[in-house]
Amino acid sequence: MNKIVNKEFFSENVVMFEVEAPEIAKSRKPGNFVIIRLGEKGERVPLTIAKADEERGTITIVAQRIGVSTYKLANLNVGDYIHDVVGPLGHPTHIYKAGTVLACGGGVGVAPLLPIVKAMKEAGNRVVSILAARNKGLIILEDEIRKYSDEVIIMTDDGSYGKKGVVTVGMEDVIAREKVDLCIAIGPAIMMKFCALTTQKYEIPTVVSLNTIMVDGTGMCGACRVKVDGKTRFVCVDGPEFDAHKVDFNEMLMRMGGYKDQEKEAFEAYKNAQ
Amino acid sequence: MTDYKSEREQQWRVDLRKTIPAKERTNQERVEMPMQDAVARRSNNLEVNLGLTAEMAVKESHRCLDCANPTCVTGCPVNVNIPKFIKKIEAEDFLGAAAVIKETSTLPAVCGRVCPQEKQCESQCFYTQKLKKPAVAIGYLERFAADYERESGKMSIPEVAKPNGIKVAAIGSGPASLAWAADMARFGYDVTVYEALHEIGGVLKYGIPEFRLPKKIVDVEIQNLAKMGVKFETNTIIGRTISLDTLRERGVKAFFIGAGAGLPRFMNIPGENSNGIFSSNEYLTRVNLMHAADPAYDTPVLRGKNIIVVGGGNTAMDSVRTAKRLGAERAMIVYRRSEQEMPARLEEVHHAKEEGVEFMTLNNPVEYIADEKGRVKQAKIQKMELGEPDASGRRSPVPVEGSEYLVDCEGVVVAVGVSPNPIITSAVEGLDVDPKRRTITVNPETNQSNIPDIFAGGDIVRGGATVILAMGDGRKAAAGAHQWLSSQR
Ligand SMILES: Cc1cc2nc3c(=O)[nH]c(=O)nc-3n(C[C@H](O)[C@H](O)[C@H](O)COP(=O)(O)OP(=O)(O)OC[C@H]3O[C@@H](n4cnc5c(N)ncnc54)[C@H](O)[C@@H]3O)c2cc1C
Ligand code: FES
Repeated sequence: MNKIVNKEFFSENVVMFEVEAPEIAKSRKPGNFVIIRLGEKGERVPLTIAKADEERGTITIVAQRIGVSTYKLANLNVGDYIHDVVGPLGHPTHIYKAGTVLACGGGVGVAPLLPIVKAMKEAGNRVVSILAARNKGLIILEDEIRKYSDEVIIMTDDGSYGKKGVVTVGMEDVIAREKVDLCIAIGPAIMMKFCALTTQKYEIPTVVSLNTIMVDGTGMCGACRVKVDGKTRFVCVDGPEFDAHKVDFNEMLMRMGGYKDQEKEAFEAYKNAQ
Repeated sequence: MTDYKSEREQQWRVDLRKTIPAKERTNQERVEMPMQDAVARRSNNLEVNLGLTAEMAVKESHRCLDCANPTCVTGCPVNVNIPKFIKKIEAEDFLGAAAVIKETSTLPAVCGRVCPQEKQCESQCFYTQKLKKPAVAIGYLERFAADYERESGKMSIPEVAKPNGIKVAAIGSGPASLAWAADMARFGYDVTVYEALHEIGGVLKYGIPEFRLPKKIVDVEIQNLAKMGVKFETNTIIGRTISLDTLRERGVKAFFIGAGAGLPRFMNIPGENSNGIFSSNEYLTRVNLMHAADPAYDTPVLRGKNIIVVGGGNTAMDSVRTAKRLGAERAMIVYRRSEQEMPARLEEVHHAKEEGVEFMTLNNPVEYIADEKGRVKQAKIQKMELGEPDASGRRSPVPVEGSEYLVDCEGVVVAVGVSPNPIITSAVEGLDVDPKRRTITVNPETNQSNIPDIFAGGDIVRGGATVILAMGDGRKAAAGAHQWLSSQR
């Protein structure tokens, strides 16, 4: 049982929680994630760790309301408990001095990107961050990203904030004007796919953090499997970060739709019951 | 060492043997396990075997001849004193029978249900060996004694030595760790069991289905450990949440790694990553640990009319019978060898057949075909024939060229084996791990690894094995750890 000590809505559907988890706060590293369960009857939901405060013994998670579990989560308040929090899971990000790092975050993908941006900056890199979302209201954690970036570019689909256009437009601009040594892209699978295609053209090493369906998160079930370089890998224990140019995004996109019908049905039932 | 000979000469055993002539004992038919009806049970998740009544158990105990040389004991990986407990049943001292089993086995109610008795004790029974008749139903009797004790409300909690204040930790909470924890608590240690998942029990909880091993039976065992002072920490991955070194800093003096062989293997054939294709671990975890079949729970599980399960072990049988219970009209076992080579418990194969599972032996999938949404719709299956015996002594299957055919299916469960979970082995530097099998290498006498304060056992040492072997390892490792810790003081 992990107590919620802070809650904030970043936008209508994106919510941040600071949760007590002293052991995880101590052991987590950039790139790690946790799995939460909301009650005896809940499912196990993977969420990335945006921040950790070792002294307070807390971690910060950010979730987007999309299905039953994330709705239930968003309904919790300060003082409530999350039934289970387990982690840190996955391999941490390889942090090193690459030179110029282009960090691209789409939607809630900015949350897991934040600790990586911070660590990359602290490792002595020049960090250019691109935050992309459908509209202004969906741009999250901008101030914190700014703190650790040399430059921040905002891209919105509707042009309501920053530049109008998708993330790859911003990427092309940066790549055209300066040498990029490493690109990190985290966001919806489709966005990561296009980021990978963009940097592949310029042969820029690129890392993506995959958010597949998961059950246990400890390598036990294979629900999270993806094909990387022609081989089946488990995102929870072999990843979540992989060489973007080797990930079979089409297969991943297909697999992520695996429970769409059931999820939609459950969500309708949940909403009707409210 | 138990002196079976002198025990057998104790007056009560001698007298008991005389009550019924041997001829009469051997003429009696083996008891039949009362079972839920095969049709009814397809639509529920209740235990299939209902257990013997006291009357049936006593009657079956008459068949046991109390042999001078009890070969059955040699067939048991932990050498349960079989004749003694069966004779206690014959004497109608059921609690006494349970106590005898518990001298060597930590989880009799579990083992009585899941051990492959036909390959162990019952295969070495005088009836099987010499009389060529069905063996004494040792497994049924073990289960009876354990269930009787539990239901009597007089379950004995083993005595524990005076607390010695020494902290020790088990990593994982499957049968290996539970057995280790029980013995360490008995020796007086301060024991904590760490489990990565949100439930204690390992495969007993996430793998073996309710219809074969009701979870409440496992929970009673866990509660008894708690009563003995064992502490449990769920949601804690050793090597991730807390490192071994941190635990050492906090004063833990010895470890037992019972992390199991949880990593599922796939066949790496085309189309295997299509939607609707799962590892048996995923399928069973969704249903058992996450209760996906119950609409009150949030986790979903695929239901389909035609479900293929690939493999011939217990995991395959559990998956295919689960598919039947989830409403599959055709639930099919596709296995590349013949039925004789199937590693599953014989009883599970029988039960599966009774429940209407189709057995497609000497068949092997070579490809899966998906629809436009990426969902599996057909399996391409190749026929096999048996060739020469391979390294394992089983005749190896050889594909029959040009024999491929298509089978419609909405779901496929892959149950072709597991590998050790790498999280802990990769987190402990310098631990001696077999480079190929990824199992932990231990001293076979003490189950101590090359790092003196680390002991290990169960599937993480053996690869995929059995509950009883895991439990036996836990006990051996507890003796080893106790000896080592005592020598350190
Ligand atoms: C579906 C199925 C059916 C089976 N049927 C039978 C049967 O009928 N009869 C039989 O004898 N055997 C059967 N087996 C095999 C038997 O269950 C196993 O051999 C036995 O459970 C192994 O016990 P264990 O204690 O080694 O590990 P497990 O039971 O595998 O438990 C290991 C536990 O460790 C946890 N863990 C792993 N890493 C860490 C870590 N770093 N930190 C904390 N926790 C960790 C895991 O989450 C898991 O809960 C079956 C197995 C399966 C999967
Ligand atoms: S989530 Fe189960 S193996 Fe990755």
